[in-house]
Amino acid sequence: MRSIRKRSVPVKVPVVHEDPLKQTPATVPSGSCAEVLPDESRRVDPARGIVAQGAILTNSRWMTTLGILALTAIAVSFVCLHFGAQPIAYGEILRVFVDAVNRKEIDGGTSDVATTILLHVRLPRMLLGFLVGCSLATVGVALQALLRNPLADSYVLGVSSGAALGAAVGVLLGAGTTFLAETALPAYGFAGGLLALVVVYRMAASYEQLPIHSLLLTGVILNAIFSALIMFITSILEPNRSYGMMAWLMGTLTAPTYGGLAGLAVYLSIGLFLLFSQMRVLNILALGEDSARTLGIDTEKAKRFIFVLTALVTGAVVSVSGMIGFIGMVVPHAVRLVTGADHRLLLPASALVGGTFLMGADTIARTLISPAEIPVGIITALAGGPFFVYLLLWRKDRLA
Amino acid sequence: MSELSDSRSKQGSFAGSVGVIESYPAYDVQAVRFRYQSKGSDAIRWILDDVSFSVQAGEVLGVVGPNGSGKTSLLKVLARLLRPVQGRIDLFGQELAAMAQQEVACAVGVVPQDTQQLFPFTVAETVLMGRFPHRPRGRWTGGIGWESREDVAIAEEAMMTVDIVHLAHRAVTDLSGGERQRAMIARALAQRTRVLLLDEPTAFLDLQHQVEICSVLVRLKEENRLTVVLVSHDLNLVSQYCDRILLLDHGQVVRLGRPEEVIEPEVLESVYRCRVLVDRHPGTGLPRVTLPGRSLSGGM
Repeated sequence: MRSIRKRSVPVKVPVVHEDPLKQTPATVPSGSCAEVLPDESRRVDPARGIVAQGAILTNSRWMTTLGILALTAIAVSFVCLHFGAQPIAYGEILRVFVDAVNRKEIDGGTSDVATTILLHVRLPRMLLGFLVGCSLATVGVALQALLRNPLADSYVLGVSSGAALGAAVGVLLGAGTTFLAETALPAYGFAGGLLALVVVYRMAASYEQLPIHSLLLTGVILNAIFSALIMFITSILEPNRSYGMMAWLMGTLTAPTYGGLAGLAVYLSIGLFLLFSQMRVLNILALGEDSARTLGIDTEKAKRFIFVLTALVTGAVVSVSGMIGFIGMVVPHAVRLVTGADHRLLLPASALVGGTFLMGADTIARTLISPAEIPVGIITALAGGPFFVYLLLWRKDRLA
Repeated sequence: MSELSDSRSKQGSFAGSVGVIESYPAYDVQAVRFRYQSKGSDAIRWILDDVSFSVQAGEVLGVVGPNGSGKTSLLKVLARLLRPVQGRIDLFGQELAAMAQQEVACAVGVVPQDTQQLFPFTVAETVLMGRFPHRPRGRWTGGIGWESREDVAIAEEAMMTVDIVHLAHRAVTDLSGGERQRAMIARALAQRTRVLLLDEPTAFLDLQHQVEICSVLVRLKEENRLTVVLVSHDLNLVSQYCDRILLLDHGQVVRLGRPEEVIEPEVLESVYRCRVLVDRHPGTGLPRVTLPGRSLSGGM
């Protein structure tokens, strides 16, 4: 997208240069060194203006980009439904959907194997993957803008492990026997994530711009403390429950019931909706504390609001799917290269790409060694970890 | 005080009736003291120590002084990025401390000293952000808020003014220091404020753009009665373009007056602790400062 924009730029825009020396006689009355430029010289020819140059985000580019990404997501979702221990032909997938829509109910007691697999295993799991990926990428974008740090991510910062600790405490207290959203677990996750974010926030607030290494160290320490506490909780659970918790911690998507999915969706949509209402504010906050204030933002208030939202979303996601890492860092980074930095496009585009990415990663996770499964967190970490190292080693210039 | 609140109620909003506001100076700074908060120690020195002055509307005030004399802190206090510990600042007759952040942003534009950017916004996007304080924000629909055609025109004019239209599509992270500085100036111009605060606006600029930026400031002052407070290390630039100069040392006002009243060899030598030569600019007759050169400084 970026390369297309560059090509449409005129080679050189002639700008009228006033030559101050030529117009300033050797002797001028004191205090009047300024030339009053004629008005025409200050008007930019619309054909060469910033809109024509493609230098700002326009409604049409916004629609086109998001439209393409949404179509891609739908295409990928069909591929994801196709693959599995038992591949299902694309025609079959369409037929099942048409049938389901015609019957107006999805729980109709059909004996059709393909219908059961698609509607009760693959589709809900895929939708869950999309929601989780969406949320993680959105939270990543928000955290990066708030902390002015392209490496910020709920996983790296320890927010995810804080949320995981919260959810583990919830399990210990008997908040739910499953790790699904129908229970009160997201609230425990929210509390844990918030705890971690308060520490990160206090760190960030004590510096004008938190140095990258301090930020990463904060994350490392928080991760270490929270992991230790989670291990402790795991060790005092009965063996079968502790096994379940270990699998969940690694980041696993399991097919939820539609009720559970709806519960999570309600939870997430509040957080995501409010985050999406802050896209312009994120633009301004990304300029830095002082600039944001001189542009009229009450930065303390705005930051606190967005931090709480990110904790809310992270808590809900982690309590359902465990710690799926690096999506919140890798996806915004890659998307920014294509869409540019304007959060009005970056945020929704990252959400779509993050959702699509996790759908795909989960399909790999459940087909690679089928009929067994790999926790999807392992796939995302293997994809994201090296990228993280690459950023640290070779893109130092961009990390301030 | 009663007179003040009375006029404020008559004004309603800040941008309201110009006639009432015009009777006030742009800035009225009264006995301002500032120091950075530090745990436990009361002994740390004041960064700004009992600073009082006023800036008239449509005036260009230059703030000069040695390193660490409090220039940047003064600018930040005027921009309300820092809150004075003591004293009071009025902006066009309104108490600055009591204004909302957005009100301040509609009245005062700031060009920061550090223009380093982290995210690759394009130059045009950066300049357009200057329109942010003016655009009404829907409570829930504020996420998108496309810029109006008028906003784009204002941004383009600002970019034309500082000669960066050809850079519009470039990422601010890829610009040279001087180009980025011009982008920041354009952003502040796009804010269309009545006051502009600039911290070392010409530090990274070549001669052509130094002259252009200063000419623009003086032009805006004359055409729109823009009030400018400019912090600079360049005594000659300040002498040529500012109506008055404020000389700071150790957080205190040493001198405040027209260039010829402040740029005097004895004053500068006592503040900067080195010898300088002051003569007249052949074009404008205003004071001109020169370093003594090798032969003279040897005798110091």
